[in-house]
Amino acid sequence: MTVSRRTVLRVLGAGAAGAAAAGALPAQARVRPTLPPDAKGLLYDSTLCIGCRACVTKCKEANELPPDARPMMGAVYDAPADLNATTKTVIQLHQEGGKSAFMKRQCMQCVDPACVTACMIHAFQKGKEGVITYEKSRCIGCRYCQIACPFNVPKFEWAKAVPKIVKCELCRHRKEGPACSEVCPRGAVVYGKTADLLAQAKRRIAAEPKRYFPKVYGETDGGGTQCLYLAPAWVSFEKLGLPDLGAEGVPQKAVGLQHALYQGMVAPAVLYAALGFVVWRNRKSQQKEEHR
Amino acid sequence: MSGPVFPVLRHPTAPLGGRILTPFFKFLVALVLVACGALAVRFLQGLGAATAMSDGYGFGLWIAFDVVVGTAVGCGGYSMAILVYVANKGQYHPLVRPAMLTGALGYTFAGASIFIDIGRYWSIWKIPLFAPSWNGSSALLEVALCVMAYIIVLWFEFSPAVLEGWRNGRNAFLRGVAESWAPRLDKAMPWIIALGLLLPTMHQSSLGTVMLLPASKVHGLWLTSFLPLLFLVNAVFLGYGAVIAEATISAFGFKRPRETALLASMGPWIAALLLLFTGLRIVDILVRGKFGLAFLPTRFAFFFWLETVLAVAPALMLLGARARASTAGLFRAGLLILAAGILYRFDTYLVAYDPGPAWTYFPSLGEMAISLGLVAGEIMIYVYAVKKFPVLSAAPAAASR
Amino acid sequence: MDCTKLVPVGATGVSRRDFLKVCTAAAAAVGLPASAAEKMAEDVAAGKKPSVIWLHFQECTGCTESLLRTTHPDVGELILDLVSLDYHETLFAAAGHQIEEALEQAMKQGAGKYILVVEGAVPLKDGGIYCQIGGKNAVDILKACADKAGAIIAIGSCASWGGIPSASPNPTGASGTPEVLKGRTVVTLPGCPANPYNLLGTALQYVTFGTLPALDDKGRPKFAYARVIHDDCPRRTHFDAGRFAQKYGDEAHRNGFCLYKLGCKGPQTHANCSLLSFGEVPGAWPIGVGHPCFGCTEKGIGFEIPLHATVDIGGLGPPATFPSVAREKPAVNPVTAGVGGAVVGAVVGAAYMATRKIGEAEEKEKQP
Repeated sequence: MTVSRRTVLRVLGAGAAGAAAAGALPAQARVRPTLPPDAKGLLYDSTLCIGCRACVTKCKEANELPPDARPMMGAVYDAPADLNATTKTVIQLHQEGGKSAFMKRQCMQCVDPACVTACMIHAFQKGKEGVITYEKSRCIGCRYCQIACPFNVPKFEWAKAVPKIVKCELCRHRKEGPACSEVCPRGAVVYGKTADLLAQAKRRIAAEPKRYFPKVYGETDGGGTQCLYLAPAWVSFEKLGLPDLGAEGVPQKAVGLQHALYQGMVAPAVLYAALGFVVWRNRKSQQKEEHR
Repeated sequence: MSGPVFPVLRHPTAPLGGRILTPFFKFLVALVLVACGALAVRFLQGLGAATAMSDGYGFGLWIAFDVVVGTAVGCGGYSMAILVYVANKGQYHPLVRPAMLTGALGYTFAGASIFIDIGRYWSIWKIPLFAPSWNGSSALLEVALCVMAYIIVLWFEFSPAVLEGWRNGRNAFLRGVAESWAPRLDKAMPWIIALGLLLPTMHQSSLGTVMLLPASKVHGLWLTSFLPLLFLVNAVFLGYGAVIAEATISAFGFKRPRETALLASMGPWIAALLLLFTGLRIVDILVRGKFGLAFLPTRFAFFFWLETVLAVAPALMLLGARARASTAGLFRAGLLILAAGILYRFDTYLVAYDPGPAWTYFPSLGEMAISLGLVAGEIMIYVYAVKKFPVLSAAPAAASR
Repeated sequence: MDCTKLVPVGATGVSRRDFLKVCTAAAAAVGLPASAAEKMAEDVAAGKKPSVIWLHFQECTGCTESLLRTTHPDVGELILDLVSLDYHETLFAAAGHQIEEALEQAMKQGAGKYILVVEGAVPLKDGGIYCQIGGKNAVDILKACADKAGAIIAIGSCASWGGIPSASPNPTGASGTPEVLKGRTVVTLPGCPANPYNLLGTALQYVTFGTLPALDDKGRPKFAYARVIHDDCPRRTHFDAGRFAQKYGDEAHRNGFCLYKLGCKGPQTHANCSLLSFGEVPGAWPIGVGHPCFGCTEKGIGFEIPLHATVDIGGLGPPATFPSVAREKPAVNPVTAGVGGAVVGAVVGAAYMATRKIGEAEEKEKQP
């Protein structure tokens, strides 16, 4: 037998040591991003929303998105069921025990966005006012952003031969700010500085504790989001489709690991040098043996 | 055949020769043609027309199978290089060259799959060239760059076989090229080989990191900070599984002498890797307190146990002398290793990944046709290469010295 | 005594054609077939006029006035022709003891049969002293009249649930008829004023068939109050399309867009205003003239929520129009699943066959 027991044990030992080292790799290898001082976002108050979908309509108009035409009750409506390649915001309904609550969905503009982490050459970037921007010319359409986003926000133009990603960018092309908040007839969608919105959301909960679920979603969830949510007291955010992500930034673990392994490319460089030496030495000895 | 020009080749290799267009080869051509039809749909009408991928499942069969599994199966060259060049076991050298060929083919076709899969394929050149924009946090970028580089490295590693073929060929020009380039290549070879060891270490582990990012969507039995390490170990043993299977099939398929004893001697080492992999996984799940998930009546638990059994079974077989002594037993173990490794990777990317209740994924006929076509193409080139170039060893290799 | 009889306002002499037309409209409003209209007309022509006692309490007489101001045809007159109006403070020429006597007489003669129409709220605070007629408290008059009534109809929001007199802080404890007459069936026709057709339909059905229309839990006839204004609003398409008037007189307002943002209470207000024009004048209702609905028919909305405050959308439209947050996983296409299974099966099968063949070949080799 040419692979000796000693070799096996050595490999197992090295593997265990490596595993222990990998597990102990500090997630702190990465500084956790915090809310940019000028961060802007939306505050959506589900208790105020009446489901009129003015936001959906205006969003399509402001972003020049085609209708998502689908047959319904014998006619054809622009009635998207979810965010998709032609829909950057959508109103959904949650019903429970005779009660109902609306839910507006659009990009959450995460403080620590997984899509930006995922994107290979920064087609996604956290730009001015913390808005996550998408630059088509840098996108190769790999869709890792879709995999990474905990809210399933980035959408891909599956039906096109020349596709791109579609995602809310808080109407950064409009001087007036987001179209959805502009048209909301009830003030259910408010646009402003995230810090102010958070303060306002907390004021609302404090003023009417019986009306609201006692939490502002997005304050810390998944490392915090710039778009914040208020829900009625009788429903949880999870039922409204906002996942329980914990307070740690979604990419924290993966990026912490990545940075720990590749910081300054030191580890790969050292490994390469070591491998080069070992290969050179072993190859030489093997050749010598052959010539003998 | 090995002379001073190719001093690295201590074991003589030779082209197999023989007819190319066998009925089996024609069957492969048919599969490739079907895939071409599906490709036309994909490129003319978009991904939605040809695939079952959706906004929930942005990665489908092509990424999970062709890329994530395909590159790992192509890790035979990497796995053998670890044994031969790092562990200094020169006797395994006869297995290196065919493994390098399957590796080069596997990676090249994985690259082709990526090209087919990405929506904006015409922009792919930006990934290696937009260096100032590289996102150091993106595990996928790491994978992309390393895979691109490794495809080139693999063909360099395989190139001695081509140069040798040219040197012995009739074309005077190619003979000249071979004569002048072979020594230079040989000088650079240690560093190419070292690169060929470094790059898979990097990107095979990063393929694990890729699925660590969507933490909220990956099932608890798979989601762990050890994903990179598990993927790396998995790639190494998958490589050995591929080498065993490939060596056995080519021995029988081309009616060549078998290398059973040589393959069998790697048994304990491969078994150790399999046990390390499974042990690490289970200990990690226990430490994270998620083991209860393995006992719920879910598809996740089913696939977890299937993976575990598929990994432990060949380890036990390879530790026993009986399976190692017979070609069939060894082959069976090799296939089980392949199944275990493939299933783990496939599961991590597709089964354990759940974007939420609105989406289901099962590959469409078009996706399957293209994947099958790619595999068929791969086999076609392998068959052509071993018949025309000196890839496989000319004489039965000695198992031990 | 004769002088206590109703003195009709304006000329009589409605043609039979007009008469039938109104009866048909009323029958349709209540949801009765056209044949019912004929029967109504015949009964009325035959002189079977039911006795009606009409009481006024805390109110503005707007309901009576709007009833009388219907012109084409003169529904007010028709109603008055249909019934024997035995007591009505506004319309009677008589006054004082004379009229009180008439009331007593009408109650005695038509006991158990007459229709009691109540207009206005009844104050209950401090024993009900804040509204008195002939020295009697309104609450007592109402109770006495209701005791012997065959049917009780509360017309207008004041009578139905309190209306304006009951608006906060409601100093007199103004209450609707159903609150005073607990346990009795009171048909409420809220509105400020109530649509005369709703009264006509209800009255005609009672006169002709002796039955009352189907009522909801607040005593409102379902034919008129089952749906909210928003459901049948002529501006609904603008709401659905997200086109809102932002302020009075802006371009959206001039274009006739949805008035929700200006405080329209249509989404919470049950009434058939948009389906049955007031006084046969098309568009003569708040939303029709560009003002948001102020919820006059709805307790808790009208005179309660500020005029320009927005309200929740009461009943959601058909559920299918809203996508649900929670959705079921779509099923896997059985064809692709089958093909996929076949491919995997073929690979596994081939692998199995290969191991067997290799094993056999090996066996053969061992035997010399």
